[in-house]
Amino acid sequence: MDTRPLQAAIRFGLGSRPDQALPSDPLAWLDAQIAGPDPEPPLPAGWPAPPTVPDGYRVLNASERNKRRPGQRHPADLHFEAEVIAAQAVRIDTAAPYRERLVAFWANHFTVARRAGYGAAVAIGPYLREAIRPHVNGRFTDMLRAVATHPAMLSYLNQSASVGPNSAQGKRTGRGLNENLAREILELHTVTPAAGYSQADVVEFARLLTGWGNERRKPPLGVVFRASHHEPGAKTVMGRRFEEGREATDAALRFLAEHPATHRFLATKLVRHFVADDPPPAAVARIEAVLRDTGGDLAAVAAALPRLPQAWNPPLGKLRSPADYTIAALRACGARGIASGRFAWGSTVRMNQSAWDARQPNGWPDHAGAWLGPEPMMQRLDWCYEVAGHFARLDPMAVLDTALGPLARDETRQALRGAGSPRDALALLFASSEFQRR
Amino acid sequence: MSHLPRIGRRGLLLGLTALAATRQARLAVAAPPALAMPDDRRLVVVIQRGAMDGLAALAPYGDANYRSLRGPLALAEPGRENGLLDCGGFFGLAPELRNFHRFFQEGSLLPVHAIAGPYRNRSHFEAQDMLESGAPERLSSGWLNRALEGTPPVPKGAPERGLAVGNDLPLLMRGAQPVGMWAPPRPVRPPPELYARMADLLHADPLIGDAVREGLRARGFAADALRGEPPARSGFVSLATSAGRLLAAPQGPRVAALEIGGWDTHANQNYALGRALKQLDEGMAALRGQLGPAWRHTAVLVMTEFGRTARANGSLGTDHGTGGVAFLIGGAVQGGRVVADWPGLAEGQLFEKRDLAPTRDLRAIAKALLRDHLGLPEAAIATAFPGAEGVAAENGLIREG
Repeated sequence: MDTRPLQAAIRFGLGSRPDQALPSDPLAWLDAQIAGPDPEPPLPAGWPAPPTVPDGYRVLNASERNKRRPGQRHPADLHFEAEVIAAQAVRIDTAAPYRERLVAFWANHFTVARRAGYGAAVAIGPYLREAIRPHVNGRFTDMLRAVATHPAMLSYLNQSASVGPNSAQGKRTGRGLNENLAREILELHTVTPAAGYSQADVVEFARLLTGWGNERRKPPLGVVFRASHHEPGAKTVMGRRFEEGREATDAALRFLAEHPATHRFLATKLVRHFVADDPPPAAVARIEAVLRDTGGDLAAVAAALPRLPQAWNPPLGKLRSPADYTIAALRACGARGIASGRFAWGSTVRMNQSAWDARQPNGWPDHAGAWLGPEPMMQRLDWCYEVAGHFARLDPMAVLDTALGPLARDETRQALRGAGSPRDALALLFASSEFQRR
Repeated sequence: MSHLPRIGRRGLLLGLTALAATRQARLAVAAPPALAMPDDRRLVVVIQRGAMDGLAALAPYGDANYRSLRGPLALAEPGRENGLLDCGGFFGLAPELRNFHRFFQEGSLLPVHAIAGPYRNRSHFEAQDMLESGAPERLSSGWLNRALEGTPPVPKGAPERGLAVGNDLPLLMRGAQPVGMWAPPRPVRPPPELYARMADLLHADPLIGDAVREGLRARGFAADALRGEPPARSGFVSLATSAGRLLAAPQGPRVAALEIGGWDTHANQNYALGRALKQLDEGMAALRGQLGPAWRHTAVLVMTEFGRTARANGSLGTDHGTGGVAFLIGGAVQGGRVVADWPGLAEGQLFEKRDLAPTRDLRAIAKALLRDHLGLPEAAIATAFPGAEGVAAENGLIREG
């Protein structure tokens, strides 16, 4: 029996659903998901159109003017929750799960987290719609430029607070640089320390980025370039000279995006995510070549990943991260809707991979070791039992056929048949070695 | 519906006999035999993730350049409103560290200032890996795990000597030595029979099998020690409370690791850091409260991956730096003084003209804990800190006997 259609749904998608037929031609199915513009974005509850950064800031500003009743939730929390829940609901029932996987991959690469405060939290939904989603089949350079100048990132990595010490504003107030965004773009988003940059490069790049900021309180709300905050003079980053001014940002980001060290880093991360914890060097070299030869075309990369022979063998080589694991279980049960999205979001919080809230700017780890602690594994088993309680009316063997089909081991089928109740059987399915992998 | 569990050969292999036989709601592995521990010494390591500003936590207010260098981040002198808490006339603790100050006054707090690991590149992630690896490169195991190799073998059936408290197993505690884990319990749990079936299904899994086995054992033990615990406060204080309870048990673990975040204060540091310091301070007080008489035999190392810039950045915060402060706390610590070869804060005295210059190696402190507190032999210490032959263990940090 050909397992490739199911493998495609598991390895490149978010797991199969009872109401979605498996593709007869897996590669064509994956290719079709990358073609064309971003599908209609998910709408959070109560919004007739996708909320923008200014919408989020208005929610936040109004909450600061109006006193809350005791016990009333903070409106910025409610706004964030509506967004994150809608986004989870889409992952549960999307018919283009490969595209959602790519969105999640790039959003993690360019992490912005709720824990940075309300200013970042209300901007994450717009950030994904404006800076990440439109570029998952575009160019890496364009995604980097959209990310680095988006209010969510400017606020998350403190760029809004960085002032050129010799700018008009710096001289007037005595304020100075904040290196955070400059350092993390170099270290985490592009060339990485493997490229051998120095502290002086970080400082020069921070000087170059001064001026980018964020207007939260007075219109026009959102991103702004303040010439009065921009450090005068040319800057030299990794041996490359950039002139004074706003245009230098585009030039420097393009230089970093197209650097060979960036291509190598991205290729390694992509192959680790879609193929194996220990990325096979041949596969990395192939993706690196695609990035180099196409000038960082992410659609070409997305087409090349499923064409790596290493991506299909062995079939279930990666441990599912908690975020993907919860979605896969809900998909196998045929769940959909906002209530399921809310449950999925709560599940990611419980299993230590809170959606849109990574602990540090390097995002969530992407190897089994990070999720394999004894206690996290016990919490995963506890979760199996809980989610099974929600779907105990389903036929567990039918859910097994949807989720694993020919990939289910005899031992697992046996365990389900011998279970004391449908709930126990479903819990065992979700606990099984096969279901925990992709 | 009554459904008897089917505990087969593999269930036995997993040590689940007690679980199957008793059918209690609480998971109980075989009760550990009364242990004759060689002694009662406890070691706790707290990792502060995100790089704590050492010049804020323990301010050198007696340095002539302190006030001009720190500018808006400088804190009021001891005795003034919301001022520093004096530690010997040159250094002062941040006002949030009230319990730390009490420890200092009674001789059980020993700050070590102008300290850093061997790493100089200011990346959180590389620095944390090396802090936990105990080596100038990232290893797949942590120094505290390797140090456990040097402790006497744990009797069969007894809980592990090392314990990680929290939802994740830090690199510091990863490695060949089995360690227990404890995390705050969740409301919904499967009945023990179903756990047993899950374990049966997963026992042969090369990745997951071990984790499930250790998880079940840890919960069995933890459920025992924490029975009847009142609802604890959230966050780090709760973790520290639980750690103290577990460590206090006569047959409990002897080495524990905890983590606390919130130190990456790039903006509005005075506010953000205050919250983190308060949590740390209250957590250490809770740990002490739970340990009771065992506090006398306890040493806690509080450490972070590096310090922060000596000057404020453009947004009343600080960026990634180099030298910082580490704290030793506990009844076993020879405290009540500050250990430092103070490098000074003048422009020319700063590391690369921006950071507090490190004059001590964190590994010298950790080595001293292993040697003088846990009593480990030289060979075990060398295994814990490979490539650190030139870094001698610091003398005089731990009380005699």
